[in-house]
Amino acid sequence: MNDRALVSEPAEIAVAFTRVLRGAGLNVPMSCTNTFTEALCAVGMADRASVYWSGRATLARHPEDIDVYDRAFAVFFDARTGSDADEPEPQSITIAIDAEEESGDDAAADGANNEPTIELRFSSAEVLRNKDFAQYDHDELEQAHALMSSLRLVGSPRSSLRLGPSKRTTALPDVRRTMRATIRSGGEPIERHFRRRTERLRRLVLVLDVSGSMEPYARALLRFVHAAVAGRQKVEAFALGTRLTRITRELNSRDPDRALAAASERVADWSGGTRLGEGLRQFNDEWGVRGLARNSIVVVLSDGWDRGDPDLLAEQMQRLHRVTHRLIWVNPLKVTPGYAPLARGMAAALPHLDAFVEGHSVAAMEELTRVISA
Amino acid sequence: MTPSDVSTALSEQGYLPDEGISTAVFLAMTLKRPLLLEGEAGVGKTELAKALSTATGGELIRLQCYEGIDVSQAVYDWDYARQLLHLRAAEATGESQALTSDQLEAQLYDERFMVKRALLRAIEPVEGPPPVLLIDEVDRADDEFEAYLLEVLSDFQVTVPEIGTFRADRPPLVVLTSNRTRDVHDALKRRCLYHWVEHPGFEREVAIVKLRVPHVDDGLARQVAGAVEALRELNLYKPPGVAETIDWANALGRLGATELNEKLVVNTLGAVLKYREDHQRVEQHGVASVVKQAFEKGLLNG
Repeated sequence: MNDRALVSEPAEIAVAFTRVLRGAGLNVPMSCTNTFTEALCAVGMADRASVYWSGRATLARHPEDIDVYDRAFAVFFDARTGSDADEPEPQSITIAIDAEEESGDDAAADGANNEPTIELRFSSAEVLRNKDFAQYDHDELEQAHALMSSLRLVGSPRSSLRLGPSKRTTALPDVRRTMRATIRSGGEPIERHFRRRTERLRRLVLVLDVSGSMEPYARALLRFVHAAVAGRQKVEAFALGTRLTRITRELNSRDPDRALAAASERVADWSGGTRLGEGLRQFNDEWGVRGLARNSIVVVLSDGWDRGDPDLLAEQMQRLHRVTHRLIWVNPLKVTPGYAPLARGMAAALPHLDAFVEGHSVAAMEELTRVISA
Repeated sequence: MTPSDVSTALSEQGYLPDEGISTAVFLAMTLKRPLLLEGEAGVGKTELAKALSTATGGELIRLQCYEGIDVSQAVYDWDYARQLLHLRAAEATGESQALTSDQLEAQLYDERFMVKRALLRAIEPVEGPPPVLLIDEVDRADDEFEAYLLEVLSDFQVTVPEIGTFRADRPPLVVLTSNRTRDVHDALKRRCLYHWVEHPGFEREVAIVKLRVPHVDDGLARQVAGAVEALRELNLYKPPGVAETIDWANALGRLGATELNEKLVVNTLGAVLKYREDHQRVEQHGVASVVKQAFEKGLLNG
């Protein structure tokens, strides 16, 4: 058999198909294209299912990739045109806002508008620090992003099971190092060495509500979330609207424009309705209770307006609270004069929180970093 | 060898793979790549490695990951007690006087004082088929260990500073599993073939139950699979996996049941659902309707 022809054809197909996948938004490194080629050579290309499964085993690396892969596969190998029907339409849902809340909002707006005249003597950064996110223009948003990037989210460390060398005497002898020293001293264990438990960062999980009611705040808070993800290890970020989207990978880029664009693209239900309870259940089922939230600091950034069942939200918050180290809720509306957690969702969540903080300005976010570190 | 040969070989060991799994395993064997399996708990990730080991005849070497696992637990350690003993013996016989400290050290850090752990054992030369290395729940290990693992899995070699490099002449068949409590690092994923293990379809689940619980009645097997399918649609905290289906069929078999009824389901629900909230949800939904669905499913396809 002519080996060359056999190899070159799968290679061409592999390269062409990975290009399609990359176009569809999947990150496929060159090494995977090579593996896919080898796989095609191994299984042959006569059988559609073999080609499909070889591709999936070599090119997809996350469960989320599978959907994209399936569509690209259909387009490429079955010559089907991209099916828009599969893409769920972002639901646009109008939110009924209580009269109380509206008047509260106005009061907040008035207060914020008065602020700059009073605080003229402060530097612009200082004014910005206390300005309500909802009043920001584009430039201010950029500036605020820079301010927020300087926030250092630390969080209380937790003790790790990993052991490190210790200078002091502990209950954990370091036999390996002691043995080494023993040889140096001619077989007498004179110098004893010990180990101690090391500490490591607690994971920080940020869940950002991106529903319609949060719109004035979400763009600023997303910048906060990006600053957190890009600036510190062990941060996970999720966007929560009508459904849950993990945006950690999208926000990983240091370049804020790229990161924010990628995240916005990934979140299909931007400014839609909210089903906090549903979304948190999905979070608990697929990520949180399974391990991501265990012993971590979980921060929910939301105004607590929820169209769903408050009982479900309460149940899910309780469930989440049982596994987290600290559960913190950041509500940008909390600062509103006369604000009481009237939103049904907020009221349902309150009993299960370790901390309930403001989230309307850079100063409030600084306060949040303090609460997280506590 | 083809993917369908893999499928046949695994089926003979009591593991019924779908096409995706058998293709992934086939590729892992022919391309000599580690296979990373992710999926819900109880879909049979670990089971696959066990079946592979019996099918290929290679020894199953299992490394259970946990936070803080390090080289001395995963790769090798020194047998300090024996080293000390050797040192004392050398002293007593006066042998140590004749040796320089370098020579003494070389004697102590010899392969015979080494305790070999899973990773090193897996790359040692063996007679017969290469072993199956199962690295279980890799997501529980920390980043440091993952980085080390990456090194071992890329070249199938381990360097022990005191002795030298161990290298596999025939690489072991490596299966990694993850429950996805965190993302495994991309660099490690790139080295591996990836397969997301799904809950099996109805017919396959029936076949699995029949294979694993031979004494169970045919009709009951179908009903159990149907009931489990109905339970998975109830938005439970922990939807039952295949492992639970098998447990449940086993439990029902022991009770001498030949078909499901409400009372039996209530009494044995603990074999399938492990959360109090899930039990409550099933109660709310109605045990009767689960049984009804199970019967319908059993008949429809029977």
